[in-house]
Amino acid sequence: MAEKVLIIKYGEIAMRGNNRYIFINRLISAIRRNIDPLGKYYVVRDPGRLIVEDRGGELDYDLLLPHVEPIFGLVAVCPGIRLADMTLETIIEEAYQHMMELYGDQEVSFKVKTRRANQGFTMPSMEVNSTVGEYLLEHMPNLRVDVHNPDVVLNIEIRNSVYIHSKIIKTYGGLPYGSSGKGVSLLSGGIDSPVATWLMAKRGVEVEGVYFHSPPYTSEWAKEKVIDLAKRIADFTGEFRLYVVPFTELQLYLLDNVAHDKLTIHLKRAMMRAGEMIAKKDEAMALITGDSVGQVASQTMEGIFAINAVCELPVLRPLAGMDKQEIVDLAQKIGTFEISARPYEDCCTVFVAKHPVTKPRLNYIEKTERRLTELDRLLEESVQNAEIIDL
Amino acid sequence: MIYLDNAATTRAMPAVAEKMTYMLCEQFGNPASISVMGLAVEKEIRHAAQILARGIHCNEEEVFFTSGGTEGDNWAIFGTATGYRRQGRHFITTKIEHPAVKNPMKALEEDGCEVTWLSVDAKGHISLEELAAAIRPDTVLVSIILVNNETGVVQDVAAIGKLIKEKNPHTLFHVDAVQAFGKYPIHVEKMKLDLLTMSGHKIHGPKGVGMLYMRKGTKVKPFILGGGQQKGQRAGTENGAAVAALGVAAEEAFNHLQESIAHVASLKKALAEGILAMPNTQINGDGLEGASPYVLNVTFQGLRSEVLLHDLESKGIFVSAGSACDSKKKVGSPVLTAMGMPFSEIEGAIRFSFCRYNTMEEIEACLAALEKSVPFLRKYNR
Repeated sequence: MAEKVLIIKYGEIAMRGNNRYIFINRLISAIRRNIDPLGKYYVVRDPGRLIVEDRGGELDYDLLLPHVEPIFGLVAVCPGIRLADMTLETIIEEAYQHMMELYGDQEVSFKVKTRRANQGFTMPSMEVNSTVGEYLLEHMPNLRVDVHNPDVVLNIEIRNSVYIHSKIIKTYGGLPYGSSGKGVSLLSGGIDSPVATWLMAKRGVEVEGVYFHSPPYTSEWAKEKVIDLAKRIADFTGEFRLYVVPFTELQLYLLDNVAHDKLTIHLKRAMMRAGEMIAKKDEAMALITGDSVGQVASQTMEGIFAINAVCELPVLRPLAGMDKQEIVDLAQKIGTFEISARPYEDCCTVFVAKHPVTKPRLNYIEKTERRLTELDRLLEESVQNAEIIDL
Repeated sequence: MIYLDNAATTRAMPAVAEKMTYMLCEQFGNPASISVMGLAVEKEIRHAAQILARGIHCNEEEVFFTSGGTEGDNWAIFGTATGYRRQGRHFITTKIEHPAVKNPMKALEEDGCEVTWLSVDAKGHISLEELAAAIRPDTVLVSIILVNNETGVVQDVAAIGKLIKEKNPHTLFHVDAVQAFGKYPIHVEKMKLDLLTMSGHKIHGPKGVGMLYMRKGTKVKPFILGGGQQKGQRAGTENGAAVAALGVAAEEAFNHLQESIAHVASLKKALAEGILAMPNTQINGDGLEGASPYVLNVTFQGLRSEVLLHDLESKGIFVSAGSACDSKKKVGSPVLTAMGMPFSEIEGAIRFSFCRYNTMEEIEACLAALEKSVPFLRKYNR
């Protein structure tokens, strides 16, 4: 009896030599994190593929797919079946059952595409294609062959077992989480920063989020919102570490000691430094922000220049060239928009000036900061007192 | 924890929790069942109805159990609209209603009914003259909040009831008494009430249960249809556990009505005086006398109430804020806005609301926290 399984393809990483097994293990643990709460499943390897099988009963594709599709590093997920044995008779019989079940009542064109990774199965792929194809044509009058542009591709994968599937659901691609080193992302709870975090995570960067919490000016609800955003990102990555950095004292200190219209620039510089301190501690090699050039006062080129000057690490700004609507569209697609849209204030907006400076001058900013004798201490304390939440 | 947000909800009394557990685990029968189990629950429900009826001086046959204040308000309004359609399609309410009255009224407006929205003066009272002028032959319902949930301002319901019946004896009178029930003496005959809404969780009872008092003879249509429970007026298997527990809470409230009022009045007075001794503060509404002793609404000028709320919460003190959470939108409480308060004053409005279990020590601790926090927060108000 054939068994329902998910056949998972992973692309880019297969080429990465000795580290391959590490990344595959990461993929497996990400899949496990997302599907273990749903039931009892095995995630097993068959060279070149990961196979999800149900330990209890019949696997429910619709239940599992939304939880597997988001994971970065997967190329495609195919709902299909694994055959009980590797004989040609079984392949033909199951291929026929599969086609009858899914397309028995439709006029469709098809072709058979066999991949033979297991050379122990002696019949060449082309022969399997033609044998199975002929049988299907003979027994299903509603089918016709179209090798160039078929409605249905019947995939037969001959590996340690034989798998049959005809639906390939393309996923986000990207690289498995952690395969590209580590970065620290400044996560505000707004629309942009989760998208920036997501984009870098998609490229395999293991991202740690940093959220600056300023009670009583920001509420526990705002913090909860950021935790929910982090959880959503973890659906794609399998894990996510969030630092909640208490920032009230430092913010009030800046408010007392810098010109109000330059407060945001100083505040963002302080955030960058706090982010770097965490990065240093956790051996991360980059900062990530949701800056989009020209969107707000601190995101003019002058603003970015003045803020960036305080950083030693490279700062990745994956949204730099995107319009607000493009960012919103992406946020909606990845499911962070609804969370970001909750109405709680974040710490950047609490004390923001009505007319913040749009062309800050770096030498002036730096001159002011040299007077801020308490800043280093406050930064140290903030980072030391950060709460770490692993999601 | 110092809980001064009792107008939002209250902690259930231990006796309420015990009653609920007993009902859920022992007397869990369906009162519609003809077995002895059903009868036992029916008796509990009747007992609760008697307690509620005694408390507001109505007949127990006039008590209908609901899922809470929102359902009671909705039922009273929509049920009158459908039950009295032939009498007229004009409604009167105020600009300081709870959303559970305001939004059904708006829905009626969209449905083609006419609604007169009575304004209030700076102290939060409606004008009897304006009401008298608004009542017409086709006015089917006047709905007025007895004790306002934000300011605690008490409307002169007895005078209002008298006026309504003089102008048009066919016009029904509904009060939203969610903040008044068990905290303010209510007499449905003297107040000429046809409908009254209350909610269990404001008087140390369970959430998800309440009552609509419906004067005998009113033709308010049922709002929830089904298996004919509660004389066909409100279908759905009675929530025996919550209803019985509501009875416990109400009995306790009525047994201690006057002493509780005196107790919270002394707490309110102490807190109000302490706050007024601080610079740039004011009481919103009708001072200490014209409002329920259970609610104190004050403005701390020059700060945002939401920030003060979070600061107090970090000290274990829980209150409510008068301003919306996004101050950039500059939308303040509709109740305070209706009283003509400028946004700058609404922005710093805090509601303290008491219960009979609060103590003077708690008030003193709250004042001490305020004296520390308010000057500090004012310094950093943008």
